Amino acid sequence: MRTIESRSGIAAPDTFPPSSTAVWQHSHILDLDDFTREEINLVLEIADAMAEVLTREVKKVPTLRGKTVVTLFYEPSTRTRASFELAAKNLSADTVSIDASKSSVVKGESLIDSLRTIQALGADIIVMRHSQSGAPYLAVQEVNSSVINAGDGWHAHPSQALLDLYTIRHHLGRTDNLKIAIIGDIMHSRVARSNIWGMTTMGANVVLCSPATLLPRGLNSFIENCQLQNISIENKIEPALENADVVMLLRLQMERQQSGLLPSLREYIQQYQLTTERLSLAKPKALVMHPGPINEGIEVSLEVAHGAQSVIEEQVSNGVAIRMALLYLIAGGKNK
Amino acid sequence: MAALLISGGRVLDPSQGIDKVADLLIVKGKIAWIGEKGKAPSHSDLKTINATGLVVCPGFIDLHCHLREPGFEDKETISTGTKAAAKGGFTTVCCMPNTTPPLDSRASIDYVKKIAEAEGVVQVLPIGCITKARHGKELTEMNELAAAGVIGFSDDGDPVASSRIISLAMDYSRALNIPIIDHCEDKELSDGGFMNDGWVSTRLGLKGIPKAAEEVVVARDLLLSQMTGSKLHIAHVSTADSVELIRRAKEKGIAVTAEVTPHHLTLTEERVMGSRLEKNQQLMYDTNAKVNPPLRTKEDIDALVQGLRDGTIDAIATDHAPHIVADKMCEFGLAAFGISGLETALASLMGLVHNRQLDLKTIISRLTVEPGKIIGTRYGQLGTLKLGCRADVCLFDPNKEWVVDSREFASKGKNTPYDGYHLKGKVKMTLVAGQVVFKAE
Repeated sequence: MRTIESRSGIAAPDTFPPSSTAVWQHSHILDLDDFTREEINLVLEIADAMAEVLTREVKKVPTLRGKTVVTLFYEPSTRTRASFELAAKNLSADTVSIDASKSSVVKGESLIDSLRTIQALGADIIVMRHSQSGAPYLAVQEVNSSVINAGDGWHAHPSQALLDLYTIRHHLGRTDNLKIAIIGDIMHSRVARSNIWGMTTMGANVVLCSPATLLPRGLNSFIENCQLQNISIENKIEPALENADVVMLLRLQMERQQSGLLPSLREYIQQYQLTTERLSLAKPKALVMHPGPINEGIEVSLEVAHGAQSVIEEQVSNGVAIRMALLYLIAGGKNK
Repeated sequence: MAALLISGGRVLDPSQGIDKVADLLIVKGKIAWIGEKGKAPSHSDLKTINATGLVVCPGFIDLHCHLREPGFEDKETISTGTKAAAKGGFTTVCCMPNTTPPLDSRASIDYVKKIAEAEGVVQVLPIGCITKARHGKELTEMNELAAAGVIGFSDDGDPVASSRIISLAMDYSRALNIPIIDHCEDKELSDGGFMNDGWVSTRLGLKGIPKAAEEVVVARDLLLSQMTGSKLHIAHVSTADSVELIRRAKEKGIAVTAEVTPHHLTLTEERVMGSRLEKNQQLMYDTNAKVNPPLRTKEDIDALVQGLRDGTIDAIATDHAPHIVADKMCEFGLAAFGISGLETALASLMGLVHNRQLDLKTIISRLTVEPGKIIGTRYGQLGTLKLGCRADVCLFDPNKEWVVDSREFASKGKNTPYDGYHLKGKVKMTLVAGQVVFKAE
């Protein structure tokens, strides 16, 4: 297999784009709020190179040989965790997977102690998922390993947002001036928050649509204070869908209804479910996306979820390429 | 006991309308004389303290602090907490009853008083619970607690949710002439939130505590105080609308007083994202800025300052809430609420003076004579330099610049959002009954 040496001394796939590490400024990936357009473009370009690797018969490059990637998950996860682990293995990293909901945490070990232990075991990169917003921000203060946020509370899920952008660009060729409707439980959604940063940075027009009880009360002042451009809020799904290029649905946790935020699932389905009929309000080739796992028949109808416009499964496949790109960039970034 | 002359300072005592360079003479632990420099009556065995350039004022009174003893001696003890108080210029502190056991019985109040007598370096006045074990169900034996010496009744951070029980407490305690002190929070509305419900909570993905969670209970309490005719003291007011509700209640003659903390006067919700002492500092989830009620907004600060200026808010109280490191070195959502505030109170407030938002006299009156009035006179007249009163005195340099270093705190609680801040204004000496209990190096 042919490889080239990047400036950072990390072996890269041969399709690696030139002059990339000059753009890259991160030693951790916590959210997309501090990503420039150039940096996001770089991730997407490298993900393209990684996607090419994934088409080969032997889906493995030696890029991260000798590096240790630890996935530390405090919340159950199937796709994100498997995706990061496959990504790390495809890059020849050694991987250790810690299901923190079943390990020392049960014995009362603090997050910081767990992180220090993992660092002491020689982790170069820690991929972490945590139910508390901000947990990875605490982690980077305490350990020298690079930290990739694989989802923290309601706050951020940057690799998901990047794979969403990647999927959109793959299908529509661009992100600028696209109308992207994000529909569902915005308040509790880390996917929505990271996508707000990523999509607006990439020039899209984002419409957030949700019942008022599932919208953060501070959303308007957040948009104003962070000087985010081209975001609007809709209470009803129809205007949000109108002429949309992309429709992204969010998972509705069943406990939202139980805690009183919604009168019934029935009414949510009536008001917000993406049906074939409603999808016809969007552009004819509009993409249907969902970060998963899906509640079929709740936020999206079965037909639409598995319909011709759905790219939901592709999002999952693209996740591996994006995470390979992130691991690659982070491993390189450490040697700056 | 020797006589002590504090010479050449700017004597500032809002209780008497004094603000002039003068000498102050203390004899046998009491204020004996205030007058022109060098004119003090002669006294054998006279010690002199040169207070040139310093403000000489009554020792501060903190209506609201947490000394943690008994039960949480790892966070603070009466000994360390009162040392921190002395370092902050406080000579009287009122301790909240959320201890273990809680201060809901004569025995626990007596215990605190006994420890304070033996180990405290400033005066400690206990606040008793409104309800047994602070459960909000049954009233404490309020008459006995009053006899034991409490200066107020409060269930502190677990406020009485039942409007019926709190109104019964007001009725029952009315004749005692001791205020009900309420931490106004509708726990259903705050719903386990971590910080102010606003743009920062939205950005950080943290559950918000709406301002209304405080305001609805402020409104309820004001109406119940009106109904019962009982004294009400609103703890740590944090929002503009709370100030407005209290202002209107006072206009109507409702017997309400209110306090505000230094941190709610000087910091906003944005502080949770980090101190921003350096440019391009990384976004943070700073647990040292996690406090209940939460830090609010610039508009709220403006209203709180106006409330202090026009007397709607009577007192400044620290809500000193020390914690051990582990309580704060963790995920934001899991961290304890609270700020260790005694040792930065004056200096942070002096920022408002240096910025010309408040005059020094207002700040000092809200730290001395006004909280003294709320406590009443059962412990003597507090917060004043009147002749014959106990010589509780604070000397501070209003212009001394210093950098906050929590490692130097006398308090066990190093949890401060002001760490590393350059503040202007420093306590130089604190005297209780004429005895020096703190002296800056």
